[in-house]
Amino acid sequence: MKRIFQDIWAYRYFILSSIKTQFRARFARSKLGGLWMIFHPLAQVLIYALVLSAVLKAKLPGIDSQYAYAIYLMAGLVGWTLFIEITSRLLTVFIDNGNLIQKMSFPKLSLPLIIVGSALINFFLLFIAMIVVFAFLGHINSLTLLWIPMLVVMTIALGVGVGLVLGVLNVFIRDVGQVMTIVFQFWFWLTPVIYAPSMLPDEYRHFLSWNPMTGIIEGYHSVLVYNKSPDLSQLIYPMIVSAIMLILALFLYRKSNREMADLL
Amino acid sequence: MSFVLEVSNIGKSFQDYSSEWKRVLSWFGLKFQPKEEHQILKNITFTIAPGEAVGIIGQNGAGKSTLLKIITGTLKPTTGGVRVAGRISAILELGMGFHPDLTGKQNVYHSAGLMGFTQDQIDVVIDDIEAFTEIEEYFNQPVRTYSSGMKMRVAFAVATAYRPEILIVDEALSVGDAYFQHKSFDRIRKFQEQGTTLLIVSHDRGAIQSICDRAILLEGGTILKDGKPEEIIDYYNALIAQKENSKITQITQEDGNIQTVSGTGEASILDISLYNQKGESIEYVSVGEPITLAIKIEAHKEISKLVIGYLIKNRLGQEIFGTNTHHHDEVVIDTSKGDILEFSFDFDMNLGVGSYSIAVAAHGHDTHLDANYEWRDQALVFHVINTQHKEFIGSSWIAPEIKVNNVR
Repeated sequence: MKRIFQDIWAYRYFILSSIKTQFRARFARSKLGGLWMIFHPLAQVLIYALVLSAVLKAKLPGIDSQYAYAIYLMAGLVGWTLFIEITSRLLTVFIDNGNLIQKMSFPKLSLPLIIVGSALINFFLLFIAMIVVFAFLGHINSLTLLWIPMLVVMTIALGVGVGLVLGVLNVFIRDVGQVMTIVFQFWFWLTPVIYAPSMLPDEYRHFLSWNPMTGIIEGYHSVLVYNKSPDLSQLIYPMIVSAIMLILALFLYRKSNREMADLL
Repeated sequence: MSFVLEVSNIGKSFQDYSSEWKRVLSWFGLKFQPKEEHQILKNITFTIAPGEAVGIIGQNGAGKSTLLKIITGTLKPTTGGVRVAGRISAILELGMGFHPDLTGKQNVYHSAGLMGFTQDQIDVVIDDIEAFTEIEEYFNQPVRTYSSGMKMRVAFAVATAYRPEILIVDEALSVGDAYFQHKSFDRIRKFQEQGTTLLIVSHDRGAIQSICDRAILLEGGTILKDGKPEEIIDYYNALIAQKENSKITQITQEDGNIQTVSGTGEASILDISLYNQKGESIEYVSVGEPITLAIKIEAHKEISKLVIGYLIKNRLGQEIFGTNTHHHDEVVIDTSKGDILEFSFDFDMNLGVGSYSIAVAAHGHDTHLDANYEWRDQALVFHVINTQHKEFIGSSWIAPEIKVNNVR
């Protein structure tokens, strides 16, 4: 176990340079280059803000602002996007890099870390864009924002745990990848990202508590929308699930290590 | 004995389960029998000393690349283990992981990182790498604008930026232009002088014989032979010609050379001799001397078509000249059982000074690969000496007529 972490530490430079390389390659042939990294999330946030506040005029129980729903939705999406980017990319991380894994000898676990790194940068840019747009809409966030790093760590932990378990299984059972793309869509709608749990009929609401993402996304909502600290009691369950998934992921990774390159 | 690479009792098998879930469950300690097990390698054991150059040869599917992958660490052996003293660099897949939109320089940093180097370590050698590639301003251009030769130059320069303890060289090196090939071989030789061990996989007889001082022949996942390159390659050639009922024998001769005989045995070579103009059997031939190569064949069965070929090789085993009766329209048709045929080949010995061997084959078609009755490597060894011509060097005698005119 210690070996795994030593190997990764030795490859820290490769991990950092790979993250840089991914962004460099993405914008290599465009004139504006890195500026696109800011334009994309900004455009995404602006569209939600305009469409949902001006056109749809959806109201949200509890806040009295014409932008309330837009703010609520963006707050949920920023957290969900981080989770789903990590999980869905980890689902295929070993398959996508199969050629490399077969030909070069390097710690395979540096690949998930590269994905986490670049997802984190994407999150950060989207988050900044969102805070700026919030300010323009008259919604100023308070110091409760300091809770965000903790929520981010929890999102990553759950995303890596789930993604890595699925990523290892997907090498051996390729149907996992197909099934999960459908499951992820259901998961999105079964998580209160763009609706409030209170909007659901009572008899269905308790289903949400089975979903480890519920507590985390509710955390983003309460920090970003209501300027309140997250409900810590809601975060215990996601933490336990994350821990179990991470341990399972490491176990599966170690057990499969011997055979993985054979099947790629 | 000191070694840089110790491969002990390696076996590799791929397990097939009737359902992949059974494989996954077997990690949790549940017992499931694999439906099938394909054994790719078994009982591979050898050690390699520092500075040795070892060629690995074998037919497709013999397990060469699986073995190399286990040595480099990308595949894990099912049984046994590999111990490596030092760093391995493989020139297997040149340009692996190059990103087309990044410049050559950026890609160098990236792939050196993949090999485990830090930025500081690459900073030290980046100028050397750039100089070695000789691609000038292209080094700072995106790799998508490169020719395949340029990519290969950059990739080779990265892979050999630091001297590894073990360098694995694949067929890949034979791509690229002749100039760069020489340059890369120079670097490889220099590494070897400094103590790097070379592992070379190639079908190119010349490459193996000129670089390696040892060869390992893999066949069906096991080591069939381990020894001097010449002996191994002769055996390998016999092996590719091998048919059912065919057998291969190697006889160590008085001079220490090893004669390889293989074939299906429908015909056998009774005698091979060189004769001079006076009809005397000779071992020493003078440069340019007209001689006769006589080959006596006995047919043990009725053979519809019999072709006799011979091949002269120099002392390094490199091919000097070879031909056969098929190409000269002297094919013998429909022999009877018990026929003894004598073939004679007259030619002038226009070879340079040195010792040579002749391989002789009796077969049914234009190559010995099909219907090989008997193939005999090192069937005859002779020496060429210079007794009547002016001093010259090289493997051929090309008589010049020299004129000097004062043209002013």
